[in-house]
Amino acid sequence: MVPEAEFSSYYDRPVIKEPAWGTPDVPAYLFLGGLAGASSVLAAGAELSGYRVLARAAKISALGAISLSAAALVHDLGRPERFLNMLRVFKPSSPMSVGSWLLAGYGPVAGAAAVSDVTGLLPGAGRAATLGAGLLGPGIATYTAALLCDTAVPAWHEGYREMPYVFAGSAASAAGGLGLVAVHPANAVPARELAVLGAAVELIAKRQLLDRLARSGGQSVAEPYQAGTTGAILRLAEFLTAGGLAGAVLGRGSRAVSALSGASLVAASAMTRFGIFQAGMASARDPKYTIVPQRRRSGRE
Amino acid sequence: MSIDPAARAGYAGHPPRMGFFTDTSLCIGCKACEVACKEWNAVPEDGLSLSGMSYDNTVGLGASTWRHVAFIEQPVPPRVNALEAAASPSSVEAAGGMRWLMSSDVCKHCTEAGCLDVCPTGALFRTEFGTVVVQDDVCNGCGYCVGACPFGVIARSEEDGQAHKCTLCYDRLGTGLEPACAKACPTDSIQFGPLDELRERARLRVQDLREAGRDSAQLYLGDPDDGIGGAGAFFLLLDEPEVYGLPPDPVVTTRDLPGLWRHVAIAAAGLAATAVALGLGRRKAGG
Repeated sequence: MVPEAEFSSYYDRPVIKEPAWGTPDVPAYLFLGGLAGASSVLAAGAELSGYRVLARAAKISALGAISLSAAALVHDLGRPERFLNMLRVFKPSSPMSVGSWLLAGYGPVAGAAAVSDVTGLLPGAGRAATLGAGLLGPGIATYTAALLCDTAVPAWHEGYREMPYVFAGSAASAAGGLGLVAVHPANAVPARELAVLGAAVELIAKRQLLDRLARSGGQSVAEPYQAGTTGAILRLAEFLTAGGLAGAVLGRGSRAVSALSGASLVAASAMTRFGIFQAGMASARDPKYTIVPQRRRSGRE
Repeated sequence: MSIDPAARAGYAGHPPRMGFFTDTSLCIGCKACEVACKEWNAVPEDGLSLSGMSYDNTVGLGASTWRHVAFIEQPVPPRVNALEAAASPSSVEAAGGMRWLMSSDVCKHCTEAGCLDVCPTGALFRTEFGTVVVQDDVCNGCGYCVGACPFGVIARSEEDGQAHKCTLCYDRLGTGLEPACAKACPTDSIQFGPLDELRERARLRVQDLREAGRDSAQLYLGDPDDGIGGAGAFFLLLDEPEVYGLPPDPVVTTRDLPGLWRHVAIAAAGLAATAVALGLGRRKAGG
């Protein structure tokens, strides 16, 4: 056990500022955006392999999730009426700029896919929209990792190599899980496959993330992910992910077990995003997570 | 190797890069800089309470505080040598009892500015003087800049929902005036001018202080090879940066962005490939 590092600070005040993003708006956005993007992936795959009922459910989920997601995002702005200013420029150095343009493309396409399927209008265009949403969906599900990690927040920034995989896995797990809730397991094989793959990726990537953070610079930046209520939420999420994964596989003959497993995966995905968000905020508030690793890096420790 | 931020931003034939050299060894803690800044920029009042942090009742930089004077009262071990005693401004310090560090903090106008890089609306921009300014009529208050600043400078106002910070008095520079804080500073602790002149002056000043026995004198953010490409507003400190609330070794988050985007691309490609794999799965009749 490494002893607590000695360091000075200015009256224990934070060095950086906590992001201005509010709860629940932004963590909800992270979860819903991931769910939407991965649901479009599921919809495209299900449609191509003939699982029509599942494909429709996934398209509706995607549209619903992205609509709520966009509402949460606009609501969190300090000047919501100026949300269109996001489209004044395209800046690859800003994940929020890239994401805004992705959303501007993905939203209408996901909407068209769902509406066409439900109403039966313009099936050809609907099929194209489904594939288009399936192509943009992965970007929607993963760019949010860049959004968090491209900041000065220690618990997020230091995890930049693993976070995209955590988010992709979490999104896939949630989308597959929602498919299992909505559709009988016999007609939801792609959903189960996506859920199992996503859950496995999420569990492994999260472990890698915490291992790396625990090793960094003399002050474990894994601490905010493990301590207090945040730690409890993330551990519960891990348990629900593992349980949901097991249930999806072992209970694939049973509607009830499948649905319960799916719900478990969806809840776990939401809890993971909230937990990661809170951990970041905590790491910004306590100056030690900024000061100690930087002193170590600059050779002063 | 020194980057010219104004040239990089696309200005042809721009004026020399302007900035601040804040020599905290000269600061007397009068807070004229805080007042002048608020007066000139019509920055709102943001708190009239006592913090208990020595004379610092401003507490930190924010949307409504663009100059912040920090006060640190430090015990000094009684092995102060004669040279240091002669050089010190206070007889209390010479007696080896206590010394008082005072510093006027401000936006660093980084050469590689995190806030500028992440702003999605283009509200934050680089001026022809190499400074970083927010356009109040564009900012939609997304708050991304707040978490991206390695120094905790910029913040979102609760009153108008937008981000605000020091403009290096952009409106004064255009007419050849110096910023309000530099104008008001009675000891010339805040020095304004072309950045390379200030860097040279600072180098000589640190040398003088060290020769006079003040070994802890150090430049902060004066090196163009540091993690933000050097700052447009740099400092002479008399102790470690973290004592003043400054990060010891800040690196702009954008430095890691290429690697981050690569991992995002791989993760996204993996998810997309899954769609293809799912699509190639067993065809289900009438599902």
